[in-house]
Amino acid sequence: MTALVRMNGVTCAYGGAPVLVDTSMELGDGAFTGIVGPSGSGKTTLLRCLLGSVRPVAGTVERAPGLRVAYVPQVETVNWNFPVTVAEVVLMARLGGRRLPWPSAAERREVGAVLDRLGIGGLGDRHIRQLSGGQQQRVFLARALVARPRLVLLDEPTAGVDVRTRHEVLHLLAELNGEGLAVALTTHDLNGIAAHLPHLVCLNRRVIGQGRPEDVLTPDVLERTYGAPMEVLNHGGMPVVVDQAEKVAPVR
Amino acid sequence: MSTLLEPFEYAFFRNGLVVATLAGALCGLIGVYVTLRGMSYIGHGLSHAIFGGAAASAVISFNFYLGAGLWGLASSLMIGRITRRRLIGADAAIGVVTTASFALGLALLNRFGQVRQSLDAALFGSILGVTSTDVWLVLGVTVLAAAVVFLGYRSLLFTTFDPEVADVSGVRTARVDAVLLAVLAVAILATMKVLGVVLIAATLVIPATVARMLTNSFGRLLWLAVGLGAACGFVGMMASYHLDISSGAAIVLVGAVLFGAVFAVTGPRGLRQVGAGS
Repeated sequence: MTALVRMNGVTCAYGGAPVLVDTSMELGDGAFTGIVGPSGSGKTTLLRCLLGSVRPVAGTVERAPGLRVAYVPQVETVNWNFPVTVAEVVLMARLGGRRLPWPSAAERREVGAVLDRLGIGGLGDRHIRQLSGGQQQRVFLARALVARPRLVLLDEPTAGVDVRTRHEVLHLLAELNGEGLAVALTTHDLNGIAAHLPHLVCLNRRVIGQGRPEDVLTPDVLERTYGAPMEVLNHGGMPVVVDQAEKVAPVR
Repeated sequence: MSTLLEPFEYAFFRNGLVVATLAGALCGLIGVYVTLRGMSYIGHGLSHAIFGGAAASAVISFNFYLGAGLWGLASSLMIGRITRRRLIGADAAIGVVTTASFALGLALLNRFGQVRQSLDAALFGSILGVTSTDVWLVLGVTVLAAAVVFLGYRSLLFTTFDPEVADVSGVRTARVDAVLLAVLAVAILATMKVLGVVLIAATLVIPATVARMLTNSFGRLLWLAVGLGAACGFVGMMASYHLDISSGAAIVLVGAVLFGAVFAVTGPRGLRQVGAGS
């Protein structure tokens, strides 16, 4: 597996205290990696570092020559009132070459094909707010895909969606990964997402552990990642994380 | 009918009408980006800042467009830097830079200005001083703005919609921002005579907002805002002549009536599209 992006001892800071400390990891060709950690653990900064939009104050980030990386933001950060249709969102990422505002016939076909591929064909003329949560997520995945990347980074792709949509998104990403696309995502969801991925990075300002879920989702690593005790059960060979918060006594 | 056509006998009115229509279209076009990026206040401030430059040039008998233009460009770059760096609240910073510049302009005109009329004209717009040079200037700036939007359509849309992702997708967002601010400054400068310093912001905001209430597609929004802006400029200028009110006020009032009419048809649904209350 050749490395697409490799971080060596990277430290990142936005002026004040470092957000990410001495982090080393790599994303190989065909990787499917989940980055987990509590809020404020540096997950989004790690993605930005991989993307190259944040420069480390120490350490290096190496990228394979000519690597194309695409980014799918959290849907919560999107301005859903913006006057833009699904097709217009997807097309805005086609930047190279053509300068005219309207798409060429080939571009229109390409957008149609990507939307079909993601199961939202025929919705190109809809306004972005007139879609379900899962469809909204797919629009931004489509925008990432028309840039023909080798690596896609997704920030919390399943935050705030229902169980069924979460399954759909996960399966879709697995399919794309099966077709050769490297995928890395951040997630809060240990059991619904992280446990299903082949490779995990546990982050709390530094890398606490990385590897297969069964090796990483252990009480020790999880406690050091989240700062709270957690129990790990085994369900048919798959780790299931249970947090040990005490039951809240009912008020009488 | 003959009363309607009467003003066309005057060259200054024909010039004024062309300038107002073009200025409406130009401000409608740029206004789409200004409103969607939440820059309305920058537009408002920039026109006030440019007024300072205009007054200073008048006092030292320097070319109006050159002096006010340099002043406006410098202010827009300063505003751009302040907004990007987020050193202090952007709105506060803009308030300080632009109102100080406006106050300086007022002070200069009070102290050294000749006639009170020129101040009124600068603040509220007048067609009396519009020459054929002004027509060519507004035409040139309109063509320039159209070319910037045409050639940079996708980068501009991407940066306006989603600046962070545009940045990591290879769009030079800092350059896009600077170009947009510069075009805005030049547009304000060119349309200032007819629209007036105080009222320019409304011609940036109204056509884009009304258009937004009518469509969900960005492409259609651009065309609509340009068309509505031009219509407001044309109708407003006619009203200005017949009702004997300042051109800037007439154009803005026509826009306000249009807003009211569209709101009456679309109701709260239209306002929701603009983003109010959600």
